Amino acid sequence: MLASLLQNLINALQWGSFYALIALGYTMVYGVLTLINFAHGDVFMVGAYIAFFVASFLLAAVGLPGWAALVLAIPLTMLLTSLVGVSLERIAYRPLRRKGVDRLYVVITALMCGLILEHANLATFGASRKAFPTLLDEQVYTVAGVSVTNLKLAVIATALLVFLVLQRIVTKTRIGMAMRAIACDRFAVPLMGISVDTVIVATFALGSGLAGLAGLLFAMSYPILEPYMGALIGWKAFIAAVVGGIGDIRGAFLGGFLLGAVEIMVVAFFPSTFRDLIAFSVLMLILVWKPTGLFGVARTTKI
Amino acid sequence: MNAHPTAPDAPVLEISGLTIQFGGLRAVSGFAERLEGNELVGLIGPNGAGKTTVFNLVSGFYQPSGGTIRINGVDTKGLKPHKVTALGVARTFQNIRLWNEMTVLDNIRVARHGRLGYGFLHAVARSRTYRAREAEIEREAMELLAVFQLDRHAHDLPKNLSYGTQRKLEIARALAGKPKLLLLDEPAAGLNSADIQELIRLVRWIHASFDVTIWMIEHHMDVMMELCQRIKVIDFGETIADGTPDEIRNHPAVISAYLGDDQI
Repeated sequence: MLASLLQNLINALQWGSFYALIALGYTMVYGVLTLINFAHGDVFMVGAYIAFFVASFLLAAVGLPGWAALVLAIPLTMLLTSLVGVSLERIAYRPLRRKGVDRLYVVITALMCGLILEHANLATFGASRKAFPTLLDEQVYTVAGVSVTNLKLAVIATALLVFLVLQRIVTKTRIGMAMRAIACDRFAVPLMGISVDTVIVATFALGSGLAGLAGLLFAMSYPILEPYMGALIGWKAFIAAVVGGIGDIRGAFLGGFLLGAVEIMVVAFFPSTFRDLIAFSVLMLILVWKPTGLFGVARTTKI
Repeated sequence: MNAHPTAPDAPVLEISGLTIQFGGLRAVSGFAERLEGNELVGLIGPNGAGKTTVFNLVSGFYQPSGGTIRINGVDTKGLKPHKVTALGVARTFQNIRLWNEMTVLDNIRVARHGRLGYGFLHAVARSRTYRAREAEIEREAMELLAVFQLDRHAHDLPKNLSYGTQRKLEIARALAGKPKLLLLDEPAAGLNSADIQELIRLVRWIHASFDVTIWMIEHHMDVMMELCQRIKVIDFGETIADGTPDEIRNHPAVISAYLGDDQI
């Protein structure tokens, strides 16, 4: 019983890591722009595809061994995926912001950008699924009846590392402080000599880079890629970010791990068809109890 | 020390023929002003006269329909607000705009950072020079808070401070970037009479101890009369008077703009 609980806990941490890494992109962009970037789940999908092409290229064309391809694929995937995110901001969102339109139109644009990414992928690479190459020889460690693979441990460790680094960036660095300042009151920011656009680009780059990292790790863990893989997981990560308290980095992590845990535990005790039904009922109850999310603070408007 | 690009002997601020039109409305029309180093000058006028619009034009939030603005001799045409700030302009707002979810110290640090760029890669790599500079910034920020007697609030959130203290912090934040020109937009708004007396002392002290030109908008005439060396009066976007506080006090056009032509 204890062993199966621990086993599920490890599975939950790994599954939650993906949600957490994706939820970060939603929460950071929301913090800076109060925009829900609905294309973000598809940026994750693009990240997985970029990882696929980078890894395949490094393995086949360059002939690197798996570990070396992985070491190179991580920064390359993150960099290329962040370029995708930054391009979306430049091409689609910034012109709307310049015209000062209502946020609703930007959200709709984000939804469309997500669909464009999906179908551009479908049109370019076809509907057939792609099998992700093996980069890491899987090893299974079994301790006291609990088995865990090196890949699972790596996923969990990566998510925790990202959390620590990001927390540092946001609280200690100039760009992080500028992000928080924009989240508080964007109006006063340029008067301190800070370019709001630069901070926004950095936010998109960071969030998309992490989506790329999640895409790579996801593709390694579940090595089948298809154009719609980002849609559902993206929505779920968005919900995780809201439950955690959107705009708050700790909230994105907590929400991500919470959703991962609920989903895994439901499957452990109920038929798997109940998974999303129960998981989202639980999350809905959390929001009824605390509508601003676990770490969220209600934004008050002074009249 | 100061990295602001300057043309030698140019006035801190030189405005000529400044005009802006919103739709059919001329909010500011043919406005001119010239501020020399370390002057303390006032801008007054009835509500809706265009005072804040002038400040928004100078700080780059609006682009003028006509006329020129030169800061330290540099034409600001087409510059975005953060570039104008880099020329040495700082300002405060009618309604205080502090970052309420960040500590008092961080509010000051962000303003210092704006001068220095982001150093993103340095920050991630946490290089030695980066840490040394961060420590330096923190020390400078604490020093600034100390001279404003705000150091005991360094780790508080601004929203928990009194209104008067928030005003003071906003002015301190504006000075953190070591500006040449400080624009104060109604600094006495919402203050009680004791706070107003302190504000007068504060502005006078800043004027005496920082190498900065101060241009302020204020509705409290006693504040303006006491502080300003010179006052300009505008109404419906047009300049109607310009002179010393005593001249302004008795100027017929000013009296009629404020009280109407038919005095009771």
